[in-house]
Amino acid sequence: MTDNTAAELDLYQDVVMDHKRSPRHFGTLPAPTHQARGQNPSCGDDLQVTLNVARGQVQDIRFSGQGCAICIASASMMAEAVHGCDVADAQQLQRCFRAVLTGELEPEAAHLGKLVSLAGVRRYPGRIKCALLGWHALMHALGNAP
Amino acid sequence: MGDRHAVDHAALGDADVESLRALFPVLAQTVNGAPLAYLDNAATTQTPLPVQDAMRRFEQHDRANIHRGAHTLSQRATEAFEHARSTLKRFVDAGAAHELVFTSGTTEALNLVAHGLSTSGAAPAVIQPDDEIVVSALEHHANLVPWQQAARRCAARLRILRPDAQGRLHVADLARLLTPRTRVFAVTACANATGERPPYEALLALAADAGALTVLDAAQAVGHAVPDLSALACDFMAFSGHKMYGPMGTGALVGRRVALERLEPLRYGGDMVAWVSATETTFAELPMRLEGGTPNVAGAVGQAAAATFIDGIGRGRIEAHASALREHAATGLSELPGLTVLAADAGPSAIVSFVADGVHPHDIGTLLDEQGIAVRTGHHCAQPLLEHLRLGPTTRASFALYNTHAEVERLLAGVARALKVLR
Repeated sequence: MTDNTAAELDLYQDVVMDHKRSPRHFGTLPAPTHQARGQNPSCGDDLQVTLNVARGQVQDIRFSGQGCAICIASASMMAEAVHGCDVADAQQLQRCFRAVLTGELEPEAAHLGKLVSLAGVRRYPGRIKCALLGWHALMHALGNAP
Repeated sequence: MGDRHAVDHAALGDADVESLRALFPVLAQTVNGAPLAYLDNAATTQTPLPVQDAMRRFEQHDRANIHRGAHTLSQRATEAFEHARSTLKRFVDAGAAHELVFTSGTTEALNLVAHGLSTSGAAPAVIQPDDEIVVSALEHHANLVPWQQAARRCAARLRILRPDAQGRLHVADLARLLTPRTRVFAVTACANATGERPPYEALLALAADAGALTVLDAAQAVGHAVPDLSALACDFMAFSGHKMYGPMGTGALVGRRVALERLEPLRYGGDMVAWVSATETTFAELPMRLEGGTPNVAGAVGQAAAATFIDGIGRGRIEAHASALREHAATGLSELPGLTVLAADAGPSAIVSFVADGVHPHDIGTLLDEQGIAVRTGHHCAQPLLEHLRLGPTTRASFALYNTHAEVERLLAGVARALKVLR
């Protein structure tokens, strides 16, 4: 396609669309140690995150549900990024990612890895909550220690 | 449409639309580098200069509080307010047996009814324990949630008139739901989430015959297909100013005086009382009884100016134009791969709502906005309906008198392109 619009270039990059089309870690863990659900009532986006946490580490993660491309791609990249990660590092990554989207941190300074492909969302205030839905569920799940 | 409104059903021509567009300054702008195509009229329509001028004239020359004070401006303001009331009553073909109460919009009007029938005052509440309230499943949350609360308050039962798989309501289904305990029946004149236009005339008549009080949510009809109150078995009809080219935060409840008199007021205070002692109060007569506090007088003036504006163009012509745009859009969208138009044969409607396989409405909405096209995405405050139709959120385009077939073409091209990017 020629003459791509800013949103096409900014929001719907190839890596984002790849994660939307084939989300990683999609599904539910059979016996999770932690889980939480995130919902956005205005658009019906609804994600569930299940985790196996042991020795302060996210040993396994799955997410399921429905949402827009930004929401699904963000949750998919999140699952990939925090899989095998220390809980503290996962929480730190969430803070950085959130700070980039809310404009408090420059993407270059945030060490987001692949997640930097979602940094363009910060220019679309109406879509920030889409990109953060999975992360809210993750933080909520980690806060719900059994 | 009533005898008092001669109706011309010839659609607006391109030249008509062009000259009308010049009355809406907000339309003459670019968004993200493209000319604005404002297709979110079911959420709110824009206001034309004559409406803005009427409000400014009031604010600059006549502004004072109404129904009090012997001074000239107060009298002028009172006259302006009451003149607005008469204009709007004529607009909906209200007769001598009807009265119109100004509200902040349809939501307040419907709450006024649901609260007024479910709350006791000097008399017991109209809705009693084990009574039934029937509400259609096509409703906006504003015509559902107040009834849920009313049912809870009165220990009454809420029964739902469900549509068929295509989202259509049937009179025979309502007949099965009505019982001697049916106290209220509430329905929309046009479903905001799908554009479906239910056979509300027949539904209201059947419910009224069964002894129910009848409520019509006319929010989505009033801008282009104003219900004719004189021909309806309707006790209460609610509508908003901001969906008929009038100001935001304005609206009205219009209904039969005998029905309105049964409502316990929602707001107690100034203006709605006849005589107040330290311990006792008698309430004023209608309509003031239901209009406690200082109303939005400029808003009422603006809403009435909007009604005059609509009738100056011709309500039949506006409806023909909006329906033609809807049909154009529905036909074009149906031809796109994996795309389903809701209520495809909705009849005369200004709303087209659709879902696309594998593509979320929010993503479509963002890509359309990028091209200057404003649509609504999401649940449209009608979650139960979309669940019943086994659908999630939708993308909705809605049309007004100033929209053009060229804008519909841009919508079709924009959606086709979004599907390519997003699949």
